Amino acid sequence: MHVPLDYDTLRVVWWALLGALLVGFAVFDGFDLGTAILLPFLGRTDRERRILINSIGPVWEGNQVWFILGGGASFAAWPPVYAASFSGFYVAMFVTLVALILRPVAFKFRGKVDSSLWRSIWDWALFFGGLAPAVIFGVAFGNLLQGVPFRFDHDLRVVYTGTFFQLLNPFALLCGLVSVSMLIMHGAAYVRTKTLEPIAGRARAAGILASLLTLALFAVGGYYAYLTLDGYAVSSQIAANAPSNPLRKTVEVATGAWMRNYDRYPWSLAAPILGLVGALLTAAMFAFRREKAAFVTSAAAVVGIVATPGLAMFPFIMPSSSEPNASLTAWDASSSHLTLFVMLIAVVIFLPIVLAYTAWVYRVLRGKVPSHIFEPGGHAY
Amino acid sequence: MDVVELSRLQFALTALYHFLFVPLTLGLSVLLAIMESVYVMTGLRVWRDITIFWGILFGINFAMGVATGITMEFQFGTNWSYYSQYVGDVFGAPLAIEGLMAFFLEATFIGLFFFGWDRLSKPGHLAVTWCVALGSNFSALWILVANAWMQNPVGSHFNPDTIRMEVTDFMAVLFNPVAQSKFVHTVAAGYVTGAVFVLAIGAWYLLQGRHRAFARRSMTVAASFGLASALSVVVLGDESGYNTTENQKVKLAAMEGLWRSEPPPAAFTIFGIPDPERRETRFAIQAPWMLGLIATRSLTTVIPGIFELVDDAKARIGHGMEGYAAMRSLGAAEPTAAVRRTIEERQGDLGYALLLRRYTDDPTKATPEQIERAAWDTVPNVPVIFWSFRVMVALGFYFIALFAVMFYVSSRRAFEQRRWLLRLSFWSLPLPWIAAELGWIVAEYGRQPWIIEGVLPTFLAASPIPAGNVWLSLAGFFIFYLALLVVDIFLLVKYVRLGPAESWEIPDLATRQAPPGGVALEEVAPGIAPSAPES
Ligand code: HDD
Ligand code: HEM
Ligand code: HEM
Repeated sequence: MHVPLDYDTLRVVWWALLGALLVGFAVFDGFDLGTAILLPFLGRTDRERRILINSIGPVWEGNQVWFILGGGASFAAWPPVYAASFSGFYVAMFVTLVALILRPVAFKFRGKVDSSLWRSIWDWALFFGGLAPAVIFGVAFGNLLQGVPFRFDHDLRVVYTGTFFQLLNPFALLCGLVSVSMLIMHGAAYVRTKTLEPIAGRARAAGILASLLTLALFAVGGYYAYLTLDGYAVSSQIAANAPSNPLRKTVEVATGAWMRNYDRYPWSLAAPILGLVGALLTAAMFAFRREKAAFVTSAAAVVGIVATPGLAMFPFIMPSSSEPNASLTAWDASSSHLTLFVMLIAVVIFLPIVLAYTAWVYRVLRGKVPSHIFEPGGHAY
Repeated sequence: MDVVELSRLQFALTALYHFLFVPLTLGLSVLLAIMESVYVMTGLRVWRDITIFWGILFGINFAMGVATGITMEFQFGTNWSYYSQYVGDVFGAPLAIEGLMAFFLEATFIGLFFFGWDRLSKPGHLAVTWCVALGSNFSALWILVANAWMQNPVGSHFNPDTIRMEVTDFMAVLFNPVAQSKFVHTVAAGYVTGAVFVLAIGAWYLLQGRHRAFARRSMTVAASFGLASALSVVVLGDESGYNTTENQKVKLAAMEGLWRSEPPPAAFTIFGIPDPERRETRFAIQAPWMLGLIATRSLTTVIPGIFELVDDAKARIGHGMEGYAAMRSLGAAEPTAAVRRTIEERQGDLGYALLLRRYTDDPTKATPEQIERAAWDTVPNVPVIFWSFRVMVALGFYFIALFAVMFYVSSRRAFEQRRWLLRLSFWSLPLPWIAAELGWIVAEYGRQPWIIEGVLPTFLAASPIPAGNVWLSLAGFFIFYLALLVVDIFLLVKYVRLGPAESWEIPDLATRQAPPGGVALEEVAPGIAPSAPES
């Protein structure tokens, strides 16, 4: 079949689409995760916690599909990346799965037995289900930036050569903290728009704190990366149209290599700036009680923060620290030309439809979670 | 146990577990849409009560379906990394499209199904319910397209540059005949499950003398829908068998315990004890001609037996070794034209050479003895396949009989006069799950030793990770899933016992604490008292 787009163009498009899915996940499911982390702190009584849960109750399920689709899309468009990352981060993935499994059942089961012990178990399950993925995704990004120890054998079988505890190094943990505080900020901004006093007031306080923390941690992380982190660079000729075989190039480790894209593509500076300014503005919007604006700026900050490592690493997707030549890049870790094209068609058709009905659902559900749901004859959200 | 065995065990357990919830979601979602359609058309409140009640049970089950599905999606990467690398180009696409087209649809609208009763018009809410049903069915379609490709890998070729399988014809993957028969058979099996579920619980209410009007109406829908579905399952099961004949001859031979071919048309073994040691089926009771007719739809086509198929496999291993030798001569270098040609010619059998990797690191130097063993490896576990298949088929015919009788009784409006039928319906509750799980065992265990039929052996596909990791996740999933299953069943039983009216009257649920999953009537249908129990 003749494919009307070049292979290298499709690779860049799919690199951007994978980024867009991760950003979509962080922006949409991010506020669910953040709200779940805040649940024990903002909701002091059972009734308040119920309002918080109802604020995300009807939408979290659709939001989570961003993550599932991110997995599916990397499987389809970047098979070696999917294979290397999921098997390499095995234990971390298992913990993530446990957290993500707890969420659907906790939402649906919590209200079904009239016992405060029962409900408190599921509340903590939701808290864990929000916190664990938030930490793990941040830590994963931290490790990608440093490179992950893996190699390929002659059948192109990927072998992870590190240990689980190696993943928990100081820089990665710092990234985990950035991720947690970012999602708390975003969750607080969402809760602030969806609830009335007293929860809204507490969300505001938590939001101000979290946005300032996000700002500080993100800045520290960037500075730390600038000072100490080695980056990777392809040192052989780049053949952007070549078959996806990650062993046909050479890669060098170079201090400061992750900063080179800012010279090469100065527009990519927009990402860290958006992250910093967005977080700052969010704090300000909270302070000035502009609740809708705070949600928008916090979403912008999330976009900026998630995009920053992705853009800095381009064309690398998953560098190998133990065998740099085996690193996975946008030019040699993709699916075939035809698959990328067919998948692009699927995205062009279905993503707008998904966005349209998602917008419709949010419209139907607009407004605050009413507090009269608890009166006889009242209705939940 | 080594990593491969542990990973297989984990995949098998988690998949079979996921498929406890899937068929009920498939069946109930459509039944809910039908029931709500009746409500919107007739305007009778009892139909809304019916929809809401079955919706509660649907919600509990759906949550478990999602929770267990996520594990499936990511297990390919965590436990089958070489599989993902080797066939992701082909296999990943349907999975991703499933997310885009199906998961978003069902997951986005399920929230509105529960929270939207008072925010949407009647037709608006009905549309939402249909979207949920549509989403579940699309999801089945795409995952079965993916799974069918593993049974019958069409539309793809081996690329020596990237050392993996790549798509050549996406339409062939999509319109894979195996995918079509699998889809209709599996979805119909889901409908049967939903129908038996409604029928059995309705029967239980009638036996107890509770919620009679509610139960009778639900059972009427279930009986007619179930009859149509049960007929489709059997007709389309036959289609599955026919397709199996074409592409998975060993699986068919195992299903039939057919060790050596017979002069056509072959007899169908109704009963027998396949003995893998002696390589024969003992005590066989046969129905002449039947197998030939079912499997080949002709009187003259020969159905090859296991011995003949093992000889075939031996020849293909030999061909594959030549292709493999060409591959190995390369290292990471780019293939020369001559090497490309050899690989191109031998690529259909390349997978057979890989079977030798169990016995030697270098298949090009395999001994005749190793080739013999590898060829016999292509035979799956005959007794398990043979019996799983028979039980599934027997249940298929049983469901037709059950629904036919219930349909007749419902048209005579005489459910309650026949208490033994009600008891039979109630005790049939677990049967569709048994049939469906056995069906997957036939399909998947019968495919062994291949993870992709003829292309990649299962033992090569697993991630090279420490066995301890898999022990950890396997034990974790086991304990965790067992606990969730207990809770799930406890909640289902609790809500079934409460019944349609009472579940909305629990003061806690209806007034003080509207639950987040949105099940109490007060929440879904504010201000409406449950309809009065009728005679
Ligand atoms: C024939 C149907 C069928 C089969 C064979 C499978 N599934 Fe499934 N799956 C469904 C039918 C389904 C469904 C009916 O659409 C579910 C079940 C309950 C539900 O909530 O959606 C679902 C849920 C579900 C979810 C959660 C989706 C969401 O958030 O809404 C995921 C990620 C998967 N599945 C993935 C898989 C994978 C990777 C499978 C194969 C190994 C698989 N499923 C087999
Ligand atoms: C939910 C329904 C399913 C059930 C109940 C099921 C059942 C099973 C079982 C019992 C095995 C173990 C066979 C063995 O190792 O001996 C297995 C293996 C496997 N199945 Fe399925 N399966 C299901 C759906 C699928 C689908 C839809 C796919 C692909 C899209 C799939 C892919 C696999 C893979 C990759 C294995 C690898 C392990 C192996 O072959 O041993 N399964 N499945
Ligand atoms: C006369 C009745 C039936 C026949 C002839 C039949 C036939 C088959 C065959 C040949 C397969 C294997 C397909 C393969 O190898 O890939 C299969 C699989 C399966 N069967 Fe059945 N079946 C029958 C009844 C049922 C019933 C009653 C159920 C459940 C309610 C069921 C559920 C399944 C499922 C879930 C699978 C696995 C998915 C698939 O491969 O399609 N079957 N069936």
